[in-house]
Amino acid sequence: MSAIPDLELAGVSKHYDAFSAVNDLSFSIAPGSFFSILGPSGCGKTTLLRMIAGFIEPDQGDIRIRGQAMQGVAPNRRPATMVFQHLALFPMMSVGENIAYGLKRRGEPAAEIRRKVSAMLEQVGLPGAEYKPVSALSGGQKQRVAIARSLVLEPTLLLLDEPLGALDLKLREHMKIELKQLQHAIGTTFIYITHDQSEALVLSDTVAVMNQGRFEQFGTPQSLYYQPASAFVAGFVGANNRYTARVNALRGDAAECVTDGGLPLIGRIVGTPPRPGDAVELFVRPEAISLAHEPADLAHCDLTIEAEVDSLLFDGANSSVLLVDKASRTPLRAALPQNGRFAHLCPGESVRLGLQVNQVWGYPAR
Amino acid sequence: MIRLLLTPTRLGRLLPLWLLLAPALIWLVGLILLPHLDLLWLSLQTRGDGGGDYTFGAGNYLTFFDEPLYWRTFARTAVMSLIATALTLVTAFPIAWYLAKIAQGRLRQLLFVLCLLPFWVSEMVRTFGWILLLQSNGVIPHLLQRFGFTDQPVELLYHDATILLGLVYSSLLFMVIPLANTLDTLDDSLVEAAYNLGGNGVSILRDIVLPHAAPGIAAGTIVVFMLTLGNYLSPVLLGGKNSLWFTEQIYNQFITRFNWQQGAAFGFLLLILSTLLVWAGLKLTGQSFGEAMRKS
Amino acid sequence: MKRTGLRCIPLMLAFAAGHTLAADNTLRLLTWADYAPKDVIEQFKKETGITVEVTLSNNEEMISKLRATGGSGYDLVQPSQDRIVSAQKEFRIYKPLDLSKVDRKLFIPSMLSATEKITTFDGKVYGLPYVWGTDGLVVNTKAAQIADYTDLCNPAYAGKVSMRLKRPTLMAFAFALGENPFKLYSNPQQYGSLMNKVGDKLIACKKNVKYFFENKEQMLGDLRNGALVGAMMWDSGGWKLNSENPTLKFVAPKSGAMGWVDTYALPARGKNDTAAYKWINFTMRPEIAAKIAKSVGNFSASQGADKLADPKLKAQFAASFPPAVMQKINWYPAVPAGLEEIEGRVLDRVKAAS
Repeated sequence: MSAIPDLELAGVSKHYDAFSAVNDLSFSIAPGSFFSILGPSGCGKTTLLRMIAGFIEPDQGDIRIRGQAMQGVAPNRRPATMVFQHLALFPMMSVGENIAYGLKRRGEPAAEIRRKVSAMLEQVGLPGAEYKPVSALSGGQKQRVAIARSLVLEPTLLLLDEPLGALDLKLREHMKIELKQLQHAIGTTFIYITHDQSEALVLSDTVAVMNQGRFEQFGTPQSLYYQPASAFVAGFVGANNRYTARVNALRGDAAECVTDGGLPLIGRIVGTPPRPGDAVELFVRPEAISLAHEPADLAHCDLTIEAEVDSLLFDGANSSVLLVDKASRTPLRAALPQNGRFAHLCPGESVRLGLQVNQVWGYPAR
Repeated sequence: MIRLLLTPTRLGRLLPLWLLLAPALIWLVGLILLPHLDLLWLSLQTRGDGGGDYTFGAGNYLTFFDEPLYWRTFARTAVMSLIATALTLVTAFPIAWYLAKIAQGRLRQLLFVLCLLPFWVSEMVRTFGWILLLQSNGVIPHLLQRFGFTDQPVELLYHDATILLGLVYSSLLFMVIPLANTLDTLDDSLVEAAYNLGGNGVSILRDIVLPHAAPGIAAGTIVVFMLTLGNYLSPVLLGGKNSLWFTEQIYNQFITRFNWQQGAAFGFLLLILSTLLVWAGLKLTGQSFGEAMRKS
Repeated sequence: MKRTGLRCIPLMLAFAAGHTLAADNTLRLLTWADYAPKDVIEQFKKETGITVEVTLSNNEEMISKLRATGGSGYDLVQPSQDRIVSAQKEFRIYKPLDLSKVDRKLFIPSMLSATEKITTFDGKVYGLPYVWGTDGLVVNTKAAQIADYTDLCNPAYAGKVSMRLKRPTLMAFAFALGENPFKLYSNPQQYGSLMNKVGDKLIACKKNVKYFFENKEQMLGDLRNGALVGAMMWDSGGWKLNSENPTLKFVAPKSGAMGWVDTYALPARGKNDTAAYKWINFTMRPEIAAKIAKSVGNFSASQGADKLADPKLKAQFAASFPPAVMQKINWYPAVPAGLEEIEGRVLDRVKAAS
């Protein structure tokens, strides 16, 4: 890895009147990585991407692309190309002309352009599509042309603005894999923004979770999933049971709590340790909940709950069961084990749940 | 086949269609086709010297080619109309761009109203407005003199440029609206994408914006060209003694010389000219009439 | 409330239009500007209950409008007397007058008989005199010395003169060139060559002309403010300017002013002849005719109206037309059909010349 990061932001802010879209962001991205910015709409991720592309000038701070300061550099002179949300393919041009557009603007010789265009089309799996009109392409093919059009310029950064958003679910799953493979093959740094946590987790080497103009967490997909740094991240990444609760007692970095609904839980506290009586937010992943008929099966657990089945949510590999705590009637959602052992639970049936303390995350309530 | 066409079920199915089409057909035949056929018939009658006795033939059309004044006026009208249309396009484009892409909310409405404003008064009044502004003792020559650009009153009226000014002014709206409509449908991200890929203002205009706006440009150009070609007041009032506009020739034939036959022939020639030029323009730019009218 | 009121307007108009068509208490009059002053129309309505609807026009448009409708749409029109017979011959747009319905005593006898004679076609009379006047010159006497039409072409006044590009101008210049076009009316060949000669003169004169005026007011305005120093113009316009500014004078040209008489004529398919005759008899009453004369700025064909005429107008007339000059007025005879074609070609040539 070279010493100079492909993208480096230092203290970048952008305000619209009183609203701060991007608030004092600093980070750097190593060459060749796939970096995603994950956040709900309005979190400032689009503003951030457009600042990197040069469509918006930051109010404060510096953006450097491979060490080059970008202040005052127009979008058409930055080594960053963008794949737009709705792709923005030029409908008045053929596929080949779309891809050749940037090369032509650079004034490359015609023969060279032809060669690069056909090589690029081959790379994205559309060999010989030069003369097709854009309107004759399927959604996935358009996607590939849009990426090819940007990549053919061999940018330092490829910026992607939720490019899969317009596709249907199946195609989206497929394109995710294709995109990942493509990035591996060419090694260009991808900056990808999305509100879909699955896209971010599957594709990225590094993910930043963004909220209200700031990064809540910056790290690998695994660290986001298994060690969410804030209640926001825990709530945004992955499915979760979420409870507000009060601390009864502290045991090291674990806290014994009772939810507002009356369910007793033990969780690991992230951040400032609370005092007894403080409010916390607790998150329990459905797959962290162990199901058992016999108490012996839950010996490794720190907490067991007597529950009864409310309903089954069958979704193949993602199947889960909705349960109700017998004592407090608090609802819980638990994943069904892949081995099918609990596939035949019936509503009303009693079942025993087990939780480990380091799989319940607690955050001081804000 | 014929029997098939006339089976009762078929007739029953077609009847509502014909009934729906009836008003349009009546309009088309009664108000467009028949009067034109009548004019065509009229144009093929030649009026005798003493008036009164008419002979059938192409005499009126021959007169047009025999008399240099007529075909020169005709050519001049066509050329001036083309220039006026081009000027209107160039003037309207930034306005339409501003309306479609930059102005927002109230400002946008206000600008549309501003474009409409000249049409709240009749063309006659509008043209006299220009006369008041431009005549040698009018507002603009007065100001020019006041601020020392000239030392004696200049006559800004009665030039070809004045005719063009009046024509562009009264056609602007008809160009701005179709242009603004098509530009409005131009996805901003196309422009951004082109810019992002290394395009600059000129190349984006040429490669992205103009091709996208082509139907609007075609529609606006057709409408403005037709309006200009058929304009009467602006050229006559602003052009003064040398105005020479073809519609004036038609008016003269009909009104002051009572020679409807010649006037009808002139009218037909103007119709043929405008049809030919519009057709040629569409062919040259690879547009189709239907598409231009539909998209804008 | 306001909104409903506005929405009702089209309905009311439609109703009014329907009403007009049906009623016989409306007179649709096609005439020149100032020929039917408001107070006269009001008084007529008060006396007869008939509403007069006025449409303004000029000679050529009157004929063209009636030709287009086959002589319907109006109940009374007022073309110049020289334009009636030829139009009637070719287009049949008028109907003969029923002279028994007209009070002949109201007219100046000599003028009545002259007009009847000039507007007689197939033994029937089609026109009665209404107002008469002349075409001459209006001159800014401080800035220019213009005594005849051709003086407008004096290079000293380049860019400061105006005229209409119409047949009266051709006639006037023919006289100023020492010819009599009226005598050649019946000889198209010679008339054509005379018109060509006049055309050449006008082409030579064209660079002197600031513009050929279509609109009287624009031209009068330029005379007022000095942009023009001379123009071919009706006497009434000249006298009007003279009242405002004594240096502007109407001058009867040396070769003779052009005399015209505007008439009453009935369109072939007019619907309300009764009202038309009532209007004729009403407007020929000396006191009414004097009012009209004042509005137009010309003299009426009504017997005795001149006695009631505005003294200022009378003085201006007397100054412009001493008896010798009066004698020289060239009165338009009836225009034979087809002359317009010859004249039109000449006018076209003038228009095209640069």
